[in-house]
Amino acid sequence: MELPGNSITNYIFPNNYEIWWSILIVIYPYITGLIAGAFIVSTLSHLFRIKEFDNIANFSLVTAFCFGCFAGVPLLFHLGQPQRALEIFITPHWTSPMSIFGYVYFTYMILLAVEIWLIYRPFFIRRANETEGSGLVGYVWYAMTLGVTTYHPDSLRADKKISAILTGLGIPWAFALHGYVGFIFGSVKAIAMWGTPLQPVVFILSAIVSGMAMLLLMYTFIAWRTKMPFEYPMIRKFMLILWGVFLIDISLEILELAFHKYELDRQWENLEPLMYGPLWETLIVGQFLILSLIPFLVLGFISLFHPKDKMTLFLANLACLMIVLQVLLMRYNVVIGGQLISKSERGFVEFHWDFFSREGVFMAAAIFIAPFVLYYVISRVIPIFDSPAYEPEDDEATEPHTPAP
Amino acid sequence: MNKHPMTDGQEEKTGTRREFLRNVLAGTIPATVLMVYGPGVLAHREPSELPRGEGIPKAEHYWIYVININNCIGCGNCVRACKAENEVPDKTFRTWVERYIISGEGVHVESPRGALEGFREINAGVRQRAVKSYTVPKMCNHCHHPPCVKVCPVGATFKSPEGFVLVDWEYCIGCAFCVQACPYGARFINPKEHKADKCTWCYHRVKAGKLPACVTVCPNKARLFGDRWDAEAEVTKVFLEDNWLVLKPHLTTDPTCYYVGLGREVI
Repeated sequence: MELPGNSITNYIFPNNYEIWWSILIVIYPYITGLIAGAFIVSTLSHLFRIKEFDNIANFSLVTAFCFGCFAGVPLLFHLGQPQRALEIFITPHWTSPMSIFGYVYFTYMILLAVEIWLIYRPFFIRRANETEGSGLVGYVWYAMTLGVTTYHPDSLRADKKISAILTGLGIPWAFALHGYVGFIFGSVKAIAMWGTPLQPVVFILSAIVSGMAMLLLMYTFIAWRTKMPFEYPMIRKFMLILWGVFLIDISLEILELAFHKYELDRQWENLEPLMYGPLWETLIVGQFLILSLIPFLVLGFISLFHPKDKMTLFLANLACLMIVLQVLLMRYNVVIGGQLISKSERGFVEFHWDFFSREGVFMAAAIFIAPFVLYYVISRVIPIFDSPAYEPEDDEATEPHTPAP
Repeated sequence: MNKHPMTDGQEEKTGTRREFLRNVLAGTIPATVLMVYGPGVLAHREPSELPRGEGIPKAEHYWIYVININNCIGCGNCVRACKAENEVPDKTFRTWVERYIISGEGVHVESPRGALEGFREINAGVRQRAVKSYTVPKMCNHCHHPPCVKVCPVGATFKSPEGFVLVDWEYCIGCAFCVQACPYGARFINPKEHKADKCTWCYHRVKAGKLPACVTVCPNKARLFGDRWDAEAEVTKVFLEDNWLVLKPHLTTDPTCYYVGLGREVI
């Protein structure tokens, strides 16, 4: 392998013997990206009023929330002193992007929770009234109403107004959330592959595409399992938007490397042997040649040639599966790939796959599966795809109810 | 599937665009203001501009470190002394020494076990081909603008007014962000403590009026430590002669480890 710095032997700094940010830190931006991406889909209906997305808007919000609940877990398991994790909030250091991320993430989760609560509030009220607040289940439903067990047309208007503001706030906040993840990497000037201002933008765009793609895969699976009719106009529009965002995403990913190559800058001396060496399979072949090119062409085919329904569904899922893998691989290439360059700038560190340790592949897989399990649990309690709605034909407020003491 | 009343926007068509713009602006403006003018701007202030608490004594020294490559013989005394003084675990190094052998083929760099046992003799063949060879001690540069300090999410690592960059193990959460941010590979996660570790310039010794362990054991005055504010100190003479260099100057970390006789091959 060719080595940077006119080096004839692979020299790494003695303290570079280990990849400090391992597979858990690959999963961390991946899950965070899925939150931001799924949220964006809900705004297509709630804010941009694209009607095709109305029926999956609530589903995408709940999905975003489920991913959100576990976005910080990989970080927690990675810490050397996990019992001090809350110090990030209690004694924050304002110049640290990781510290700021904590606040953006925390407030974003509150925003998501409030927005979901407002949407399902009529449902909670209905269940609280049906169960009359008796027993543990009744009391839980009553608790979910926060004590307000009536719902008027005025309530609907007020909820809609607050929801609209939260959605408006949610867009920049979703961008900030994932932008800050990109900033965590982009601000590290010590690592040639990370320290670029384009990093937060690439992270945001890849977040959107991965979240959208994961959402469509989940939608297809749920619709298939619950025998719900597929909404083909939605799927077609979904693919058109995904195609556009994916085009910008991969353009920026390529542009970043292209500039290094064209300018033959300092970083390129390290990046070139890295790309054609340890990252050849995962970056060039995997991320770009297979998982970017094929879904891009497939999405283009769906958008331009309008294949039949079944074919559209098949191709859409194929493209989305490849896109979620593309983004996962992109996270791997950035997080692990960046650390393969020793700061000696005269050699490359070797990455050893670790499966069973606290930061191993199985732990990462368990954390990654957790949001889906949570989604399943929530879906057993709340009818995510059904309207939680207040029925407008019944203009009377539902009967007020006070639970038994 | 029924439509949610909130998303069934036919009756909402009027004023939709205005409402949309208002909502997006309402979110974007505060977020932007917070990011641009928020507490993050403190990061760009000089240490002297930062607010100081009552009762904090004014610094009496500004310690710096000078490494003279011309004097380094690569014996590894400093690495051994550091290991012993600071109980640095195996595989990790607060200081290490590199040997550069430059020939027509390229640059060969090595640091076997951080030069804990020094270096083996260069064999005759390599010696014949070599244009030059020298050894370079490396360690934390205790930068003026330390990127490791900036990124710490809990403020566990800090730059002291006397020039030390230190880690408070009572606060460190072991996230390794500082390890990533250090361009010199000077930081590591202590495998026993699971906290960030690095050279402290033997803070405990300096506060007791002694020199860092590595400086004490250097047989050839390759390592010097002293007060930048002391005009008579040996370290300040380096600035009079103006032939010093720092590592990776393009990264603008402004190190306070100054090298004399540094070869251009050193990164």
